[in-house]
Amino acid sequence: MNMFMAINDAMRTALKSDDSAVLFGEDVAFGGVFRCSMGLRDEFGKNRVFNTPLCEQGIAGFGIGYASTGRTAIAEVQFADYIFPAFDQLVNEAAKMRYRSGNQFNCGGLTVRAPYGAIGHGGHYHSQSPEAYFTHTPGLKVVIPRDPIQAKGLLLSCIRDPNPCIFFEPKALYRGSVGDVPVGDYTIPLGKAEIVQPGTDVTVVGWGAQMHVLAKACDMAQSEMGISCELIDLRTIVPWDIATIVDSVKKTGRLVVSHEAPKTSGFAAEIAATISDKCFLYLEAPIQRVCGYDTPFPLVFEKCYVPDHLKNFEAIKHTVDF
Amino acid sequence: MLLANSRGMLAAGRRAAVAANAMQLRSLTTGVSGAADKLTYEFTDKLDLIKPESYESRKAYQVIGEDGKLRQSKEPSLSAELCQKMYENMVRLQVMDHVLYEAQRQGRISFYMQTNGEEGINIGSAAALKHEDVVFAQYREAGVLMWRGFSLQNFADQCFSNADDPGKGRQMPIHYGSVEHNFHTISSPLTTQVPQAAGAAYAFRDAGKDGPVVATYFGEGAASEGDFHAGMNFAATLECPILFLCRNNQYAISTPVQDQFRGDGIVSRAQGYGMASIRVDGNDTIAVYEAVSEARAYARENNRPVLVEMMSYRIGHHSTSDDSTAYRPIEEIESWKETAHPIPRFRKYMEAHNLWDEDKETALRTDVRKAVLQAMTHAEDKPKPDALDNLFADVYTEMPQNLVEQQRELSEQLKKYPAHYAVHH
Repeated sequence: MNMFMAINDAMRTALKSDDSAVLFGEDVAFGGVFRCSMGLRDEFGKNRVFNTPLCEQGIAGFGIGYASTGRTAIAEVQFADYIFPAFDQLVNEAAKMRYRSGNQFNCGGLTVRAPYGAIGHGGHYHSQSPEAYFTHTPGLKVVIPRDPIQAKGLLLSCIRDPNPCIFFEPKALYRGSVGDVPVGDYTIPLGKAEIVQPGTDVTVVGWGAQMHVLAKACDMAQSEMGISCELIDLRTIVPWDIATIVDSVKKTGRLVVSHEAPKTSGFAAEIAATISDKCFLYLEAPIQRVCGYDTPFPLVFEKCYVPDHLKNFEAIKHTVDF
Repeated sequence: MLLANSRGMLAAGRRAAVAANAMQLRSLTTGVSGAADKLTYEFTDKLDLIKPESYESRKAYQVIGEDGKLRQSKEPSLSAELCQKMYENMVRLQVMDHVLYEAQRQGRISFYMQTNGEEGINIGSAAALKHEDVVFAQYREAGVLMWRGFSLQNFADQCFSNADDPGKGRQMPIHYGSVEHNFHTISSPLTTQVPQAAGAAYAFRDAGKDGPVVATYFGEGAASEGDFHAGMNFAATLECPILFLCRNNQYAISTPVQDQFRGDGIVSRAQGYGMASIRVDGNDTIAVYEAVSEARAYARENNRPVLVEMMSYRIGHHSTSDDSTAYRPIEEIESWKETAHPIPRFRKYMEAHNLWDEDKETALRTDVRKAVLQAMTHAEDKPKPDALDNLFADVYTEMPQNLVEQQRELSEQLKKYPAHYAVHH
């Protein structure tokens, strides 16, 4: 299965196992512009898989309200770039409903899915990685998978988690990433990072499609410099797995964090600050952040803009040579 | 003209064909397999701009006139018992408002918002709903909760942010909520509750004829938010049993309606969304009751939304942080108080039907005043919620590591400087 099939399979599993679950958004009825909801309307009926009017604040608000009745809402925002009209509903409402009501009301059954990240030619509004806007909001969980197996397990966890979740799907991997995805019902725990490749010299942390870039950089570091990288997929951006990163950095003494989103106030800043606090005496070099530049995402300059494997390779070398 | 003239000269047969062509219906399908919904429209050869002056203003349904007399020959079908309960709750709401407003002026609570002038909207609409109907309110609808049995003590506990506030002291006063009373906890961002209410109503589509509906309240100012458009359009297209209850009290803080919109109020927008609607005199409690009852029955039977615009006037200040005489003349307020206030108007009707008299009025007001003062004293005496327990809980169902650490940090800080962090107003 590739990633859009795995996501389709996760939603089919969710709709099958939970009669209250509904899936909605712009153009989901015919299968979705990325094919993620293919066949689901025919299988589960038009009352459970349906188009909404073209209005993101409505999609989020509607999903919050549906979930507030104790039911399961899977909302799709067509591109993460268009989640901002729903920002108020997600930040002021979804995130705070349980807290502000003293746990009388909640919208924990809400999951908002959105394709995200660079795609080669997406320009300003089909490329963004807005996770850091949401990680600054207590009450939300933000989750990003790196491959089809992760996508199915993590999405099912989001759908079933009793807290509102935002699930960003790296659209570059919809067709690009293929793997043997279990056909059964399985979940992958939220809030847990995964050590994808153990190593001893430097800890390298990322998420989403960036994991494939980082794997390439780590391979280069190994083959060209003999550097042993410990590659970690954060998977859940908040609440993030501080312990796994701390343990790794205590072992390696070095940390590189990389994401597509712009550097300033990107989530790498949070990781770097926390690790410098918790691992100060273990660090052998300054923490490196390899990120998008602090510009809008540019069309024709994408190759120069993205934090590719070579930029990461340089950062890994730099931190080891320091 | 040229086109019309040349058509006038056409032979009869030809003319009929052209007319048929002009009348030809164009239809657009949604494109989804199995979807039969179509938008049909006719063609015309008249170039005609539809101007706002040509729209007819919608009339507000009224049962009792400003003189307290019936406008219809037929008596409304409300029982004496219901009328009495409605009137008593309106007075309770008014007295509670007055006492808690004064408490804020004395610095005993941090904030308050009155319902003054909108008691009829509050109680008339609440009485028309069923207890199991789910309410999403804005903030000037305390009477709906009161009608449902939220006690004076409950109101006071929330306003004083004490340990018995179900919201655990986290939100400003008047941000009430009660799961027991099917009343969603109020939040300050305006209109966010409107699309949420549509989503909740979607859950009740298959609830059957006796099932609940959702009612969402909002002011005419809030109706300018994008979420109003979102909620109305979603409810219409997704066929949700929901009542949109708009309190048009003519001001959004200092902004009068002429700065808020240029159409015929809020009710006129329903047509554009393909939605049933009614405008009602919000100062006429019986008219509000009847309009909302009718709307509720329609929404439930048809799985369709209804917009109800309730016309009133905000007699009190916007909130305790507002002096409304800075933007409107006192004479205007006084004139509404005298001629249109829902309480004296309903009282006249009650007295004319021998359901009420001066003695009952005095006794009720004295009792309620005592009860509110008592609830307030209790609320003030109760302890505040514990910060360590309540500041960090309920952000998520479980506490993530960063919150566990931050809770520990606060705990240590409190131990070092206990006096400095005592929770009080």
